[in-house]
Amino acid sequence: MIRRVGAVLILVALWSLAWALTGRLDFILPPPWTVAAALWEHRDLLAEHGAITLAEIALGLVVGGGMGVLAALSLALWRPAALWLWPLFVATQALPVFAIAPLLVLWLGYGMASKIAMAALIIFFPVASAFYDGLRRTDPDLLDLARTMNASKGAVLRHLRVPAALPGLASGLKVGAAVAPIGAVVGEWVGSSAGLGFLMLHANARLQVPLMFAALLLLAVMAILLHAAISACLRRALPWVHDTLDVQPPARD
Amino acid sequence: MPDPAFSHHPPAVRVRHARVSLGHVPVFADLDFTAEAGRFTGVLGPSGVGKTTLLRLIAGLIPGADIGDERGGSLSGCIAWMAQKDLLLPWLSVIENVRLGARLRGEGDGGREKARALLAAVGLAERANDRPDTLSGGQRQRVALARTLMEDRPVVLMDEPFSAVDPLTRLGLQDLAARMLAGRTVVFVTHDPLEALRLGHAVYVLNGEPATARAIELPDAPWPRAADAQGVLAAQAAILRALAPEAAS
Repeated sequence: MIRRVGAVLILVALWSLAWALTGRLDFILPPPWTVAAALWEHRDLLAEHGAITLAEIALGLVVGGGMGVLAALSLALWRPAALWLWPLFVATQALPVFAIAPLLVLWLGYGMASKIAMAALIIFFPVASAFYDGLRRTDPDLLDLARTMNASKGAVLRHLRVPAALPGLASGLKVGAAVAPIGAVVGEWVGSSAGLGFLMLHANARLQVPLMFAALLLLAVMAILLHAAISACLRRALPWVHDTLDVQPPARD
Repeated sequence: MPDPAFSHHPPAVRVRHARVSLGHVPVFADLDFTAEAGRFTGVLGPSGVGKTTLLRLIAGLIPGADIGDERGGSLSGCIAWMAQKDLLLPWLSVIENVRLGARLRGEGDGGREKARALLAAVGLAERANDRPDTLSGGQRQRVALARTLMEDRPVVLMDEPFSAVDPLTRLGLQDLAARMLAGRTVVFVTHDPLEALRLGHAVYVLNGEPATARAIELPDAPWPRAADAQGVLAAQAAILRALAPEAAS
């Protein structure tokens, strides 16, 4: 905890230094205290728009994550799907979200649906890819053991492949949580009347630079908290996966 | 204590004219191998000679060979497999790992009492609800042995089952395996000449490319043989000579 506060303080100090060294131009780079004041002054506005963006990100995670899991499972269960669908999935990632965003707004409207679709589209691929890789990499020795135990293909998927792929799925979800705000905010930029992306665009047009920074800061904090919350949930759900960087694994003699 | 639940007459294992190639390398060109019914048969050989391939062949994991019992019948459904790694699932408790076969065959909650009894027999009754990552290497191997016994098959194939533990633990596990698996047809692969001599009613050395099996003459000591029994040391030397003729001469 102390280390985290220290890291934030160092960042604030570097920010202040940058402001001081670049000629103290508040309309280009406002200092931290001006942004803090803007955060406080516009707290109701920021909370309102922040809640909308957060809801878009969360629903995007649910929809995109769910579709990613289903896609990986169908690829694993039905081999021809890998041949036909995988290039399609890769194509969804190759198209820049900025290019698809206007289309989605046109199809799904100005409201939240198009932003959720954007976020889901961005989250889908890391989840599907990480989970599918996990499903494919089941220990072959384990599969041999299952064969001598007369296990059906479905039972192997349910009892061996899926649980063994859960750490991979967890990595995919964590990447998804980190990139999800991109989808939501890009969607808001292209066409919307609410959300942090809309607020930033609006503030930028009216040269309310501190408010823009405040919205950016809020978005960053939301992304960090979301990532931390998902990591914590996954750690609790997968207690057998040891993080060997942070903690020592239990002793074995 | 042989498992009282096990009462069938176990079959012998016969491999006839086996031909196996991995890639373009012929592993067996015309291999004959027999493991007698109800006996422990040890298989030794240098790395890469095809010991694991022989076991996989018997287990039916590699197609394309004439495998059967002494009457030419099929061995399918008769075989329990114990691999080199313990293959315990980290997300299941110890007892659920022992019940893995029942889970995979969708037999529901069946066999929990039996699994508990087997865990008690391998000395891990009090660890039934722990996760495998809290166990030592030797304890994990004992859970794997209990899982193998849970299948209650007349033929048991073991691929270097105790190679990952220290020598003292290994001796204990060998005694345990001898006690628990007695009466079944057991084929075990090992790198350890002493392990083959302690557990084998018959011991073969695989050698050559493509490989052939050669029987080793065994000391006349009560089974399972003690490590310091009469003749075990001399037989060990004979095995080492058979494994690497050029190095021993």
